[in-house]
Amino acid sequence: MGRLLAACLRRQLLLAVRRPVEVVNPLVFFLLVVMLFPLGIGPDPRQLTEFAPAVLWIVALLATLLAVEGMFRGDFDDGTLEQLVLAPQPLFLPALTYVFAHWLLTGLPLTLLSPLFALMLQLPGKAIGTLMLSLLLGTAVLSLIGGIGAALTVGLKRGGILISLLIIPFYVPVLIFGSAAVQFAAAGNSAQPQLLVLGGMLSLAVALAPFAIAAGLRISVDAG
Amino acid sequence: MWTWFHKFGSPPWLYSIAGSILRWLVPITVILLAVGAVWGLLYAPPDFRQGNSYRIMFVHVPASVVALAGYYVMATAGAVSLIWRMKMADIALRSCAPIGAMLTFLGLLSGAVWGKPTWGTWWVWDARVTSMLVLFFLYVGIIALYEAFDNEELAGKACAVLSLVGTVNIPIIYKSVDWWYSLHQPASIKFTEDSTMDGSMLRPLLLMIVAFYCLFASSLLLYMRSEILRRESSTNWVRKLVLAKAGQGSANAV
Amino acid sequence: MTAAAHAEPLLKVHGLELERGGRVLLSDFSLEIYPGEVMMLEGENGSGKTSLLRTLAGLARYGYSGGLQCNADSLLYLGHKAGVKTLLTPRENLRWYCSVQNLPLAGLDAALQSVELTGYEDIPCHNLSAGQQRRVNLARLYLSEAPLWLLDEPFTAIDRAGVKRLADVIAARAAAGGAVVLTSHQPLPSDYPVRRVSIARQERS
Repeated sequence: MGRLLAACLRRQLLLAVRRPVEVVNPLVFFLLVVMLFPLGIGPDPRQLTEFAPAVLWIVALLATLLAVEGMFRGDFDDGTLEQLVLAPQPLFLPALTYVFAHWLLTGLPLTLLSPLFALMLQLPGKAIGTLMLSLLLGTAVLSLIGGIGAALTVGLKRGGILISLLIIPFYVPVLIFGSAAVQFAAAGNSAQPQLLVLGGMLSLAVALAPFAIAAGLRISVDAG
Repeated sequence: MWTWFHKFGSPPWLYSIAGSILRWLVPITVILLAVGAVWGLLYAPPDFRQGNSYRIMFVHVPASVVALAGYYVMATAGAVSLIWRMKMADIALRSCAPIGAMLTFLGLLSGAVWGKPTWGTWWVWDARVTSMLVLFFLYVGIIALYEAFDNEELAGKACAVLSLVGTVNIPIIYKSVDWWYSLHQPASIKFTEDSTMDGSMLRPLLLMIVAFYCLFASSLLLYMRSEILRRESSTNWVRKLVLAKAGQGSANAV
Repeated sequence: MTAAAHAEPLLKVHGLELERGGRVLLSDFSLEIYPGEVMMLEGENGSGKTSLLRTLAGLARYGYSGGLQCNADSLLYLGHKAGVKTLLTPRENLRWYCSVQNLPLAGLDAALQSVELTGYEDIPCHNLSAGQQRRVNLARLYLSEAPLWLLDEPFTAIDRAGVKRLADVIAARAAAGGAVVLTSHQPLPSDYPVRRVSIARQERS
């Protein structure tokens, strides 16, 4: 069991190392959209400060959404997903590994780079710790939920925008509590309750999403 | 249990049983809707603050309540479809989605119409309206996913998984949106909550809710019947049915 | 081979009805596959050979009715898709496969040698030719310990000598008490007895 998980994780990371542009793309996307907001709102630092928590969180959400579509795409196209489905072990374990690898390659770098974006958007320094913590927990939930959408649509030739339609409604609670946490911190209040709620969502998602992902993958492999 | 499920899984049986239920369910729905509408719109007393504009509640609240319940009906069908692999459950799921989406849309529309005289604007990011909007997109997602699959059986299973994910998420979404609204809105603008509603308004409202449940059930059965015919169109029993109907028609004409 | 008559079937299909895209491909199809058998599924294009194999493998779990009982604890399925990650080297690809199937890594070099990929073990697969990539996928046959093999057109893009070697592996697997079901447009170049099962095209009445 451990061998399977280690092998899957190792393979996903190896693939990312061989094609690093797939890891960098969401980050560049994040940066680009962060640049768009001041252009749209205006350079007034007070206004930017006000919008920064929401902007940072929405952009992080969109960047994850963009990346999540490819979570199983390559494996489906070349047929290695079939081999995984036929493995004697239950499918939800490798599914969880794929999500974890995906989070390591998108959510975690986004979180680590977020202070830079926060400074560009004039987010008060005292909120940066909360921003990182909320993104750390929140992007993991986003990857897990996104994995369900990716698993359900990977067998479709015209997946594309469909996955956004399926997943964005489920992202609503994460966005609400994630951006609220940063807003609270920026206003000088404790964001602990919001972070705890995000932690709760993460626990629930870790417990349930792998099963939905496994079910989705089986259906998609069937369709292929 | 098993034989019953087997029967339930057979299209001709479901088609005919749905037909006999509809024979009395449709009249009941029409009567309930008519009585509820007349009672609510004409006889219930006007609200002391909102005047007559509150009466749109008799459409808005039942539509919203049944739209939400419809999602759970759909998810139940999804669970049955995944566990017992019943094709008829797929048909129920497929039929629930557009009806639920329409009810949600009606809830949103009536909410907007109600918002104009109450708040002076067509759209307010009120907790209930926002949750309804998310629910609407959940329904749209199910329909879009179903339509994206070439294979209808797999489409049903994929939608079943998605609807089950939705059932876990809906309470979280509703609670989050409630919390978000309470965070951003002062309590004074809060909606007139149903808790203090007078019996003279509550009774027609409850009647309308029951009427909308009946409306949902009869639309669902009608939709399922047409779905069954569409999917089974190449089978013998449907051919026989159509020929029998045609025979009846020509006999009547004579 | 001689024990076949008494042994439990590895795979038992009873009254299978297979439907794909609203079309009935097979109806009331029954089949038993015993250890020691090599079975060739025959039928014209679109007769449902691939669908049947995918159903037997458990990849297609919907769109059929009837009984399907698999007594093999693991199986090997070789389909139309490459089954190879082009960013990874042949060795990495097979190492992952071994981990997924919980197989020992010891036979890896021998397997790569058997499909004549010695010297190419550590070159990313996208630098290999189509035939070589195909052979990376076929190397799984040399690693597998599964008693049941389901092979969909295993000889595609393989030269004559390669086909002969593949036929030998298939025969060896059956002789060792396994069973192999395959589809192919060419006869198996082997002396091993092959059971032919024809899938007649059936139209819905």
